[in-house]
Amino acid sequence: MKLYIHSSSAISPQPGFTDEGFPAQIRKPESNRFDVVEPEYREWIDPKLIRRMSRIIRMGVAAAKKSLQTAKLEMPDAIITGTAYGCLEDTGVFIQRMVEQGEEMLSPTAFIQSTHNTVAAQIALLLKCHNYNNTFVHRAFSFESALLDAALLLEENPRQKILVGAADEITSYSYDILSRFDIYKKNEEVGDKLIGSGTTGTIAGEGSAFFVISGEKNDQSISCIDDFASLYKPVDAGETEKFIIDFLKSSDTDIKNVDLILSGHNGDNKGDAIYDALQEKLFGGIPMRTFKNYCGEYPTAISFALWYASLLISENAKGSPKKILIWNHYKGTHHSLILLSAC
Amino acid sequence: MNSAPVFIASTGTISSIGKDTETSLQSLENGVAGMDTMHWLESSHKGKLPVAEVKFSNAELASICGLNEHIPRTALLSAIAAKEAVDKSGIDLKSGLRIGFISANTVGGMDKTENFFKPFLADHSKGHLRNVVHHECGSVTEIVADLLGVKDFISTISTACSSSANAIFFGARLIKQNRLDVVIAGGADALTRFTLNGFNTLMILDDKFCRPFDENRKGLNLGEGAGYVVMVSEKIANTLKTKPTISLSGYANANDAYHQTASSPDGAGSYFAMKFALEMSRLKPADISYINLHGTGTQNNDIAEGTAVKRLFDPVFPPMSSTKSFTGHTLGASGGIEAVFSVLALQNDLIFPNLRFETAITGLPFKPVTELLKGKGLKHVMSNSFGFGGNCSSLVFSKS
Repeated sequence: MKLYIHSSSAISPQPGFTDEGFPAQIRKPESNRFDVVEPEYREWIDPKLIRRMSRIIRMGVAAAKKSLQTAKLEMPDAIITGTAYGCLEDTGVFIQRMVEQGEEMLSPTAFIQSTHNTVAAQIALLLKCHNYNNTFVHRAFSFESALLDAALLLEENPRQKILVGAADEITSYSYDILSRFDIYKKNEEVGDKLIGSGTTGTIAGEGSAFFVISGEKNDQSISCIDDFASLYKPVDAGETEKFIIDFLKSSDTDIKNVDLILSGHNGDNKGDAIYDALQEKLFGGIPMRTFKNYCGEYPTAISFALWYASLLISENAKGSPKKILIWNHYKGTHHSLILLSAC
Repeated sequence: MNSAPVFIASTGTISSIGKDTETSLQSLENGVAGMDTMHWLESSHKGKLPVAEVKFSNAELASICGLNEHIPRTALLSAIAAKEAVDKSGIDLKSGLRIGFISANTVGGMDKTENFFKPFLADHSKGHLRNVVHHECGSVTEIVADLLGVKDFISTISTACSSSANAIFFGARLIKQNRLDVVIAGGADALTRFTLNGFNTLMILDDKFCRPFDENRKGLNLGEGAGYVVMVSEKIANTLKTKPTISLSGYANANDAYHQTASSPDGAGSYFAMKFALEMSRLKPADISYINLHGTGTQNNDIAEGTAVKRLFDPVFPPMSSTKSFTGHTLGASGGIEAVFSVLALQNDLIFPNLRFETAITGLPFKPVTELLKGKGLKHVMSNSFGFGGNCSSLVFSKS
């Protein structure tokens, strides 16, 4: 079934959270750590609460509230989130104190806010929303799982309006630890040429993106998810190719009708090779754009891609794409496709 | 679509009271609890706080499931229970069916991460990376999915103590909507210093063995383990050597929307979860033969859950008990382990006792079962799982 996106919002390394549309001034990564531009949260969250919230909670709650506001929805029928790493800042604070203080004299605050469901829980709490509430934590399938859960609910009751989103944060600990796995470029290699750099490694990204979706179209609907699918640990490029061909077939899509491929290129020449190889083979002649030059690499980055693709479609200008295929992979082990159309 | 039944083909579990379903059943029948002084977890609270540990070292667990002993303990527990469930299902995972593995946990590889942090905090270039490589909750699921050879669909849920109940019914919905044929669903969690100290700061750990639903309860004991069910569509059920007789007939998820860690005084979230699960199974409260309570033993949970039970079931209360009086609170695994116990209750027509119960809670017109009850003709069992973040879920299992 089709899932109609009624609103979307994202807090990302790009400025302009409160603006409509994609920022006119694109922010480029200046190092291998691409932090979000945090908006003025007071418009979305009670200032007394902001102080107690870690960054991931703030950016999750604010993006969620803006999505609800844009969709003019007070009470969603479900709140479903995805996060690969969860609340790293609070986790780091608690673990650090536990180690340094030898398990003595600890305060509960960081522990309380460290559970992976905190963002979804805080949204429910602020809205006093007793409805369905779920959190998926499956690495680079976290957002896709949340979207699937929403799709199942809408299959059961298409009239529902569901808040679905994802959030992940970089912390100084996570950045230092992940850097030791040699997955990031050296700072001097980052700049204008992240994509197509010809070198290995990517840049650390983070962000939150939330959507109000429904099985029914209304006059607010900005785009429509025709279908989505994931592939876990393909054995070779052939399996990935078959996955894409099968997906297009099962969603009844002639590739010639796709206006744009939005790909998960992250600047790592090894990981990016499959996009380039299959672009020629499967998508010959269809324009390809990338999104991780805007948000960096993180396991729920596809939620940013969906936000961006939805914006491109809803611009509704002459020449703006009507059908976009988002194709993202994370470390080659987690491939996902989302087909998005104008509605 | 909602009426299409989802059958339980088999179960697998490991906890402080048993290494598999059979030994766990024996402990439940014999009233043998799994709490003890801390043996395997390295913590300064050793000797002061009892815990319900699985009675094997990581090396022993690794040799049982054939994995490396240096991976997170949660993955070892998960692998053992999930393998048991798959082996007993009689289903060949390589026969072309669409298979899903949906596993819940809350700690991921935290037991290794907390070891990593000691050298790391002193010097960020120090600490063995192998101790953080499986930190993510999803990584634990993937280790086990790879071991089982499941690839069609894998996912991980983390909604605190209701995690694996949500995993089970997410799986059931995937079967009902004909997206999968077979789903192995449940969850796992190992004890860690992180969670032990976290719960300790909240001052909700009992320094004696816990006493769920007792007026003089002092808190919970933390436990560890894993529990999974293998669920199949009716079509697949009909192809199995022994046709399953137990189905997941109802489920619901609601949010208490009251506080990040505390339950509301009237247990609104618990009430909605139980009520909607009953409605889905098209049952009346009086049809429930046994409630496997969430029953952690904390002041807050038990009065909130009890108040919600009172509101929904008054004036006729089914027999009920908290098997956390045996296993301790196994957090993300509890919904899975207690789903297995609920299935065991139906299969063997047993109601398990609520150990160490003495005095009913003031204001609640019922008390839990204190002796093993046999032959009561169980038809429908409700299993409750409520957690931090207000996440409340109830499952109803029915015998056909």
